[in-house]
Amino acid sequence: MKDVSITVLYFASLRDRLGLDRERYALTSPDATVATVLDALAERHDALREAIGAGAVIRAAVNQQFATPATPVAAGDEVAFFPPVTGG
Amino acid sequence: MRVVLQDEAFDVAAEVDAVAREAGVEAGAVAMFLGLVRGGDGLRALTLEHYPRMTLARLSAIAEEVSARYDLLGCTIIHRVGTLGVGAPIVLVLAAARHRGASLEAVETMIDWLKTRSPFWKREDYDDGRQVWVEARAADDAAAARWDL
Repeated sequence: MKDVSITVLYFASLRDRLGLDRERYALTSPDATVATVLDALAERHDALREAIGAGAVIRAAVNQQFATPATPVAAGDEVAFFPPVTGG
Repeated sequence: MRVVLQDEAFDVAAEVDAVAREAGVEAGAVAMFLGLVRGGDGLRALTLEHYPRMTLARLSAIAEEVSARYDLLGCTIIHRVGTLGVGAPIVLVLAAARHRGASLEAVETMIDWLKTRSPFWKREDYDDGRQVWVEARAADDAAAARWDL
């Protein structure tokens, strides 16, 4: 069977809230996007669902490129979720 | 162009010399931004987390885009990661150009984009043990947007 899993990474305050820095997730649709993956992960993690419910701003990257909710996600991708950046 | 991510401190004078050498005899200006860990309110240290597989590529993209836009002769971005004490230097941005205007604007653009387009997150560690993630400020996005023509 074809491997449809992706690697999911969490950074900074989002990682602390989830108590998790990475996991695997198996895509359930060929039309997956950043938004559908985040929705599915929120089903899996109470802390993520609570963060979204509380209005936390979550940004994403797909394969190390900043992404939008509509960015497509395919098998083998690395998808990262994190709060707005604060470097410099 | 020199883009570096490191734990340890950097030598500002050596970096200014290096970018001036890179720029050569046509250079008329080197502008600099040096970011420091600002203390106060019981802050003990700042911890900088980043996205290792992404960070260097983003910094390089910022340096390349700004170099092209302002026709720079030399350009340096050094960003530290890990835990830094109050007063420690965090980030150094240098731009060498033929004239001061381009070098100053290039530095301001780079630091604005560093704050909004590179995957770093700051956590404040306080004397009383509290650890607080710094929240992005809307003003940072507005400052970066100024340069998006």
